[in-house]
Amino acid sequence: MIEIENLSITFGEGASTVHAVRNVSFSVAEGESYGLVGESGSGKSTILRAIARINPQWSGTIRVNGRYLTSKRTKAEARAMQMVFQDPYGALHPRHTVDAILREPLEIHGLNNRDARILAALKDVGLGPEFRFRYPHQISGGQRQRIAVARALILEPEILLLDEPTSALDVSVQAEILNLLKRLQQDRGLTYLMVSHNLAVVAHLCGRVAVMNRGRMVEEVTEDTLRAHTPSEPYTAQLMSATEGYDREAVRSYRTFD
Amino acid sequence: MSEPLIEVENLRVSFRTPHGPIEAVRGVSFTLGRERLGIVGESGSGKSQTGRAILGLTARNGSIDADRMTFDGIDLLKASPRTLRKIRGARISMIMQDPRFSLNPVVKVGEQIAEAYAIHAHASKRVARRRALEMLETVQIREPEKVFHLYPHQVSGGMGQRVMIAMMLIPEPDVLIADEPTSALDVTVQMQVLALLDDMVRDRGMGLVLISHDLHLVASFCDRVIVMYGGRIMEVLEAGRLHEAQHPYTRGLLNCLPSLDHRQEMLPVLDRDPAWLTEARR
Amino acid sequence: MTMATQPRAAGLRGWLMDPSPASTWQARAQRGYLGWVGFRSNPIAMAGFVIVAALLLAAAFAPWITATDGLTPNLGARLLPPSAEHWLGTDQLGRDIFDRIVWGSRITLYIVILVSIIVAPIGLAVGTIAGYAGGWVDAVLMRIVDIFLAFPRLILALAFVAALGAGIENAVLAIALTTWSPYARIARAEVLTIRKSDFIVAAEAQGASTFRIIRRHVVPLCLASVIVRLTLDMAGIILTAAGLGFLGLGAQPPLPEWGAMISTGRQFLLDQWWVPTAPGAAIFLVSLGFCLLGDGLRDVLDPKSASA
Repeated sequence: MIEIENLSITFGEGASTVHAVRNVSFSVAEGESYGLVGESGSGKSTILRAIARINPQWSGTIRVNGRYLTSKRTKAEARAMQMVFQDPYGALHPRHTVDAILREPLEIHGLNNRDARILAALKDVGLGPEFRFRYPHQISGGQRQRIAVARALILEPEILLLDEPTSALDVSVQAEILNLLKRLQQDRGLTYLMVSHNLAVVAHLCGRVAVMNRGRMVEEVTEDTLRAHTPSEPYTAQLMSATEGYDREAVRSYRTFD
Repeated sequence: MSEPLIEVENLRVSFRTPHGPIEAVRGVSFTLGRERLGIVGESGSGKSQTGRAILGLTARNGSIDADRMTFDGIDLLKASPRTLRKIRGARISMIMQDPRFSLNPVVKVGEQIAEAYAIHAHASKRVARRRALEMLETVQIREPEKVFHLYPHQVSGGMGQRVMIAMMLIPEPDVLIADEPTSALDVTVQMQVLALLDDMVRDRGMGLVLISHDLHLVASFCDRVIVMYGGRIMEVLEAGRLHEAQHPYTRGLLNCLPSLDHRQEMLPVLDRDPAWLTEARR
Repeated sequence: MTMATQPRAAGLRGWLMDPSPASTWQARAQRGYLGWVGFRSNPIAMAGFVIVAALLLAAAFAPWITATDGLTPNLGARLLPPSAEHWLGTDQLGRDIFDRIVWGSRITLYIVILVSIIVAPIGLAVGTIAGYAGGWVDAVLMRIVDIFLAFPRLILALAFVAALGAGIENAVLAIALTTWSPYARIARAEVLTIRKSDFIVAAEAQGASTFRIIRRHVVPLCLASVIVRLTLDMAGIILTAAGLGFLGLGAQPPLPEWGAMISTGRQFLLDQWWVPTAPGAAIFLVSLGFCLLGDGLRDVLDPKSASA
């Protein structure tokens, strides 16, 4: 479904060049959930943004559904692939009602039956029709993230790009959104590519995970490897240890990986 | 536990809004010794307002009311603004979540740290500068000489947070209130900063209030944990016994976290019981 | 949240406070109502609102408020002082000054409205396109804006009117030409702060065209600051129009334009002070009204700058 080969992304020129992503390759099968984890500056979000063509410059190849992506996004690609963002406050237009937010993609793609589709989309994400004409500031963070998911799904895409979709939410709300994403995937056979800094969240949703550090892929691990705590790379082991909570002795032994 | 540093009894914080008053903190009591105390809760639980109230940093449209609120025997409710200013910063410090609002944008970060030390220790400029560089090194900044001369807008979020922590720790306060001090940081850096705070508690007997939404983090780091919901304390636990928590809210919070250790198809969601807001504390 | 706990009020207020609006129209009405409630609690803004509303009413109901058409001379009643019959006295041709001011409000409004509908769309279009497109488009458009900003307003308007001939329409064109550029600046600044927002990126990811993004997403967010600025600028526009009228380059006699009224009345300032003073006071009052209204609107529409 998604095949990425030798992807490199740099920002800036000359002495100030930043190699955000270096030679990353992976592929995601149809109906699979694939995770990208790493700390800030690891390049995980940059990869996602290249696939969504928010950063239109890269070298290497990105293939989605067998077609090579170019820096220009087509409408057909927009229908096939949608994105959910980290910050539920910034992702919705502050002066559009929920109805307007969900109607927009239908208008862009000239789909009919708009009212029925909007109500169905709300129902799919577990919101009642009473939310339809509210403004984003009138609903909670978790409800906003549900609206963002509904907006991404209303075009019935095959692929959902998830950029830290729960890290701005309270843990109880995070559980609800993760459940929602899992149920939608089971019902519709969606393909997920999810970026997160939280190993437990990624392991919950994804079968395979690429661990990133400083623009490079450190290793690709399976959910089982993560659960068994048996990664092959020391960087992954250190990341896992830090995720498990505070351990005075472990902190003393932390190293810097390049 | 030694003599309590901070005692709070029946603290209430409320805000006037156009939609009527909102009670952010509703009758919170606790004591802090020379220990690591965690306050955990979701957004809106009143955990941050509790921390701010101790320092008198409640926003202008808010009012604080308590039966008792003391620091080292000083009544914080009746203390003069002069006394409060002396306590704030020098004896009780606070680290906020977003460092950008706490640093002066037109002064180099190193100079801000040095000044914080100079005021506190009446030290010369040269000594203060040396101490500031040492402190930057302590908070795991790799090139302290270089960072010393940067302005706040030139440092990244994570580094800004460490600068902030250095500035708050340099006067060697008796109490540090840290409100989500590490949520903007990467996990490994987060742990290193916590180790630093840990040292301050162990070596110098500082009292630490760690306010966080991360139950596991707080439980693995602190000695005691206060669980808050809706402005009230649900439960106070020995951190090591978090997993024996009794209150359904604490249990719900623990259960809804995805775990690395075992696979779950669906995560249990939290059912909030309105009675939690009214019933007496267990 | 607090709304949901209250028992649902019946009638219009209940409809306006209903936490679950049933249509886009109701949702907009609710937002407008909340804005109005906030605006109403600000007495200074309300004073501005009352003045501007009075101007609108005077213009709308001029035939019913006045006894004369304000144009026909009545040489038997020249330069009468204010009295019960002539509230503000009469001028050198015996015309009732109050009536002329009321009729003149139509001219003032005409100028203000024309300038607004020229200036706001041009400024918005140039500013949003420059800000959203960036690159050389931005550079070229903003240099053009700089050129217009560099001209002193009244002087350019004078030159323009001198070239095209005196008259209200030319005065409006001249004012618009010298006024639009700051709006482009404001709109561009707003766009720069929102163009990297996730909701813009989301619209792009849905395949929205650039034009659609500017129209549906960018313009509505710039509109508030443009409206506020326009209201605050009204005073300046009215003064420039009056200035042109005073210099004989705007509205022509016998039209009761306030600036022209001061101009012809100034020779009577010492002996019949009311002749130039009354239209002067009208200009002052209306300019003040727009300024106060603009400040109040800023508090409602643009909470960012109000809190600063």
